[in-house]
Amino acid sequence: MELYMALAIGVLFAVGLYQILSKSLLRIILGTSLLTHGVHLLLLTMSRLKTGAAPLLGEKAAAYADPLPQALILTSIVISFGVTSFFFVLAYKAYQRLGTDDMEELRGREDE
Amino acid sequence: MNNVLVLPLIIPLFTAIVLIFLTRNISAQRWISVISVLVNIAVAGFMVYQVHAEGIQTLYMGGWLPPHGIVFVADMLAALLVLTTMVVATGCLLYSFRTIGEDREKHYFYTFYQFLLAGVIGSFLTGDLFNLFVCFEVMLIASYALIVLGGTKRQLRETLKYMLINIISSTLFVAGVAYLYGTVGTLNMAHLSQRIAEVEQVGVLSVIGILFLIVFALKAGLFLFYWLPGSYSAPPIAVSALFGALLTKVGLYAILRTFTLIFYHDTGGIHEIIGWMSAATMILGAFGVVAYKDIMRIFNYNIIISVGFIAFGISVATRDSLDGAVFYLIHDMLAKALLFVLGGMLIAGAGTDKLGGMGGLMRRYPAVGWMFFIVALALVGIPPLSGFLGKVLLVRGGLDEGHYWLTALALASSLMVLYSLIKVFMAAFWGESKEMDQAEPAPIHRSAYVAAIGLTVVVVAVGVGSEWVYSLATQAGAVLSDPSLYIEAVLKE
Repeated sequence: MELYMALAIGVLFAVGLYQILSKSLLRIILGTSLLTHGVHLLLLTMSRLKTGAAPLLGEKAAAYADPLPQALILTSIVISFGVTSFFFVLAYKAYQRLGTDDMEELRGREDE
Repeated sequence: MNNVLVLPLIIPLFTAIVLIFLTRNISAQRWISVISVLVNIAVAGFMVYQVHAEGIQTLYMGGWLPPHGIVFVADMLAALLVLTTMVVATGCLLYSFRTIGEDREKHYFYTFYQFLLAGVIGSFLTGDLFNLFVCFEVMLIASYALIVLGGTKRQLRETLKYMLINIISSTLFVAGVAYLYGTVGTLNMAHLSQRIAEVEQVGVLSVIGILFLIVFALKAGLFLFYWLPGSYSAPPIAVSALFGALLTKVGLYAILRTFTLIFYHDTGGIHEIIGWMSAATMILGAFGVVAYKDIMRIFNYNIIISVGFIAFGISVATRDSLDGAVFYLIHDMLAKALLFVLGGMLIAGAGTDKLGGMGGLMRRYPAVGWMFFIVALALVGIPPLSGFLGKVLLVRGGLDEGHYWLTALALASSLMVLYSLIKVFMAAFWGESKEMDQAEPAPIHRSAYVAAIGLTVVVVAVGVGSEWVYSLATQAGAVLSDPSLYIEAVLKE
């Protein structure tokens, strides 16, 4: 199982990075969101893929899965959700004002 | 357990929420913001006093004992930085009153300002690595909003790049957290330090250490600073002042904390890498301050040089240089805020930010001229001003350890700082006014003067009272050079 997870994480990272390196703003934002998905899977995998027990069943439970990674991932998902939506709105606004979504044309100008 | 520790975080958070409901009433927003930061200065001062008298203070959130719950830790470094942050925030807030514009004030400027403070202070006080990530994000999201607020073309363009670089570094941060959790199974900083001391496999830890170094270097502008000059010159000066004084320093604090507390064992020469990065930062920053002719860029490259200078102290990592790094960090936060505020007054007075278009401002604004002269001397490190002692300690630490080239480079970079600031001073204040035809010079409002004079007084006071500040800075340096003090304070119960 770990192998498949590692492959999935690798693919997500590769695709995300490829998208970020492209010129179009929309692709870049989708790339960042893929990259965050990859990281969340990484967090899940790194904290051991255990099955067969609930996260926490009191102090006397014989076996339980580690609840911390889920909590971390949940926090991280919420943050990346907020940031991505802000990024989309910003990109839309920038497209309206600047008339382009091409990163080449979004360089600064010398006279500033 | 000490509940005071949560107050510096709660106060700005609560203030921000109250301010959301008062967007139409600008004077109420201003009053509430000022009262909030002043109260917070008092709280932070009390915290410094407590840490000084009773040692490291801790607060276990919800009564969960470490390493299980989230813990807030105030050692002297964190307490001093919180106090400095609040002083800087007060100065920048006063300066923003008449310069930020009514439009921004009506669109939640003060709310975002307080959220930013909450994030910065949380980052300083937290004792948990994942919580540090969360506080970073609170700070960054507020900073995205502040940098784009106003929505000029330039701001929109620069915010896109600023956001992208920060999202990538945050992603790497989470990846680093994942690897670290997989390797040692904890995220509490004190517990991490303990476990890493026991772990055998050093190779993985070096990789994780490098990953964290990349993340924090991106935030601090240590070598990976190419996003900084463009982004920091886009927003209004009040915002750039706050960013220049606080945000890069949070990254530096994270480097200081991580590589003195968690990765302080021999992990593949990370300190050497920090040394190389600081050298490159100082050299490239020096090119920047010499090359440009507009004030904002010169100031931004000055931020970069000082980041390199403090990182030099972190890479040497002896007792003297860590004390010096703490002292210089505090000095630099205060002096950079003052420099930006004065720069803003200069630009307002001259009507341009190009050095070529200025001149003869000494006649119209003598007070601004003298304060600029004082802050320039302080940044270069002329005694008895605040930069002197930190620089002496850093240089002494470097020489004691035999880092002669790095020390020489650090001193040469201070000369470049001197050159660039005197260049600005001469171009702006001496000579004849370029636009004598202009009937009325732009008025500089009283609140801006209050901010500038207040910060000048603090910079001079830190310099004159450096004996006293030094005793606090050594207390911070003691914890940095001996992590067991921190670990014992957090894990004692």
